[in-house]
Amino acid sequence: MNKFITKAQIERGNSHPFIVIVNKEISDHVRSWRFNILIVILVLTCFGSMYTSLTNISKVADVQGNNSSFLFLNLFTLSDGTLPSFIVFISFLGPLLGISLGFDAINSEQNRGTLSRIMAQPIHRDYLLNAKFLSALIVIGIMFFAMGFLVMGLGILTIGIPPTEEEFLRIVFFILISILYVAFWLNLSILLSIQFRQTATSALACIAIWLFFSVFYHLIVNLISKANLPAETASPQQVINYQKFILNLLRLEPDRLYNEATTTLLMPSVRSLGPLSMEQVHGTIPGLLPLGQSIMIVWPQLTGLLAATIVCFALSYVSFMRKEIRSR
Amino acid sequence: MDQNIIELVDLTKKYGSVIAVDHLNLSVKKGEIFGLLGPNGAGKSTTILMMLGFTEPTSGWVKVCDINSTTNPIEVKRKVGYLPEDVRFYDDLTGMENLIYTARLNRISDEEAGQKTKDLLIRVGLLDDMNKKAGKYSRGMCQRLGLADVLIKNPEIIILDEPTLGIDPLGVQEFLELILKLKKEKGLTVVLSSHHLHQVQQICDRVGLFISGKLLAEGDISSLSRKLFSDGTFITEAGILPNSLVTSDSLQVTNNLERLVENVKSIQSVISINVSNNVMQIGCSRDLTADIARVIVESGAGLSFLLKKEYGLDEIYNRYFEGGVNHE
Repeated sequence: MNKFITKAQIERGNSHPFIVIVNKEISDHVRSWRFNILIVILVLTCFGSMYTSLTNISKVADVQGNNSSFLFLNLFTLSDGTLPSFIVFISFLGPLLGISLGFDAINSEQNRGTLSRIMAQPIHRDYLLNAKFLSALIVIGIMFFAMGFLVMGLGILTIGIPPTEEEFLRIVFFILISILYVAFWLNLSILLSIQFRQTATSALACIAIWLFFSVFYHLIVNLISKANLPAETASPQQVINYQKFILNLLRLEPDRLYNEATTTLLMPSVRSLGPLSMEQVHGTIPGLLPLGQSIMIVWPQLTGLLAATIVCFALSYVSFMRKEIRSR
Repeated sequence: MDQNIIELVDLTKKYGSVIAVDHLNLSVKKGEIFGLLGPNGAGKSTTILMMLGFTEPTSGWVKVCDINSTTNPIEVKRKVGYLPEDVRFYDDLTGMENLIYTARLNRISDEEAGQKTKDLLIRVGLLDDMNKKAGKYSRGMCQRLGLADVLIKNPEIIILDEPTLGIDPLGVQEFLELILKLKKEKGLTVVLSSHHLHQVQQICDRVGLFISGKLLAEGDISSLSRKLFSDGTFITEAGILPNSLVTSDSLQVTNNLERLVENVKSIQSVISINVSNNVMQIGCSRDLTADIARVIVESGAGLSFLLKKEYGLDEIYNRYFEGGVNHE
């Protein structure tokens, strides 16, 4: 019986309700003022950082001389100190983007009184939640790829050197990680939009978390590190342990994970993200790591980011599935 | 016809220590209009939420069309249309687009949806406003669009939560007539909640009276009011000017009064008359105010005032409370 119903429905040739919701959410995002303002900000960022890197890239090229492999990647990382580089901009604006696309995902529907109407349709509850997440992610993905490729294209036009295959792959990975990073903030804000009934409260809570990590967390880690500073007579092992401890504390912050991952990918000369002993460094030939090795280095960072994203998503899933849908 | 389409058995919902719905047993028959009546906070909305699986009952169960709403809400929502209290639509879509979105969520193909939304919009009288943004709709228009939204999936049952709230009296009249017409044409079962007894009593086949989570009484309006007001449904009070009856002797006064009572009694549908302190209390099975006035004046008596007594929900509750105390 059930089979017949589904078959009949398929024969009527209609798209799945989930796709219908995703379509609507995407069109809502694209048409919203909020999103268009963000695009303008990001495009300005893009051109600003392009300008600084392009004006300085010739100096780098001079220094590197013939050894100018991966020159192209400098477009994303180079800065003369007046304006931050592309990756710094993204690590700063990414959370803002994620938060602004997600902070009112569920509670605005509830406040507008549309949530109970949608939930009264024969769809699974999680369709709405998943669609909210997926649509924002699709929008962000398209935007980031467009921007990344825009920077690449302008770079080719101005410096006249096309990126090598590996450079291209590194940039694609960088964009994917950026999307993952924004996805974390997106999920966090969706979670808070389920928890708080007022959109202003959820937005403020998100921004508070973001500020905590970007400003106060460093101060706290600083305090801890000063309090635990090893004595001058401490053994090298102790110093290394101390260094590792502080690093791991810092890595609780998503921003840090993202920065480590992206700098490693875009600067192939980075060989390790932790302290290296003289023994380890001794005898190594200074050179650039292949892409596979760079990814190996940042694998824990990626896993951490992914795990944080999934935890937020799971929490919002659980709380939404059991939520009572009141009309207002 | 006598088949129970909605069954609530021993249904209980607690919020902490507050009992919103208390061991409720209720059944709604196929093809009838059932009114859930009660003051705010009586548990009407919570009962409706449990019928749709929007919230889980603490104990007991709900079956709609023989499907358990808590464990299988999707199937229930395929058959039930729900109009939430204070229904709203996506403000930036037109009325038509909002309906088409709902149709898509119900897997109705676009061609079919287009035709159907047009038909429904004509039906609820919104055809002229279908390309207006839903954000510009008035309260009454929203409510009518909501009815179209509910009907688009061809439901067997429609559940309306406070459908008459915030609409002007004329709008209420039109809205209720629309529901009555739909019920007759499509054989729909309608469940509606309200706290305005006199608004809904004209269309409900049966009502259930709620107070603090309990069902006080259940039955059709006429039998309920017969039970409550044995002297008739409508009560009209007429004040007689005493000096208009006075002639020469006091015997004449009584005679005049008796003659007046006889005259009034002879009006069809008058059930009972009580006279005290120059006030006649006339019970009748329909609204006879105009006839009573004519008869009194024609009898030569002076009419000082005429008052149509209406029994609101409050009075019914009061009666029930009195009755309840007596029973215990």
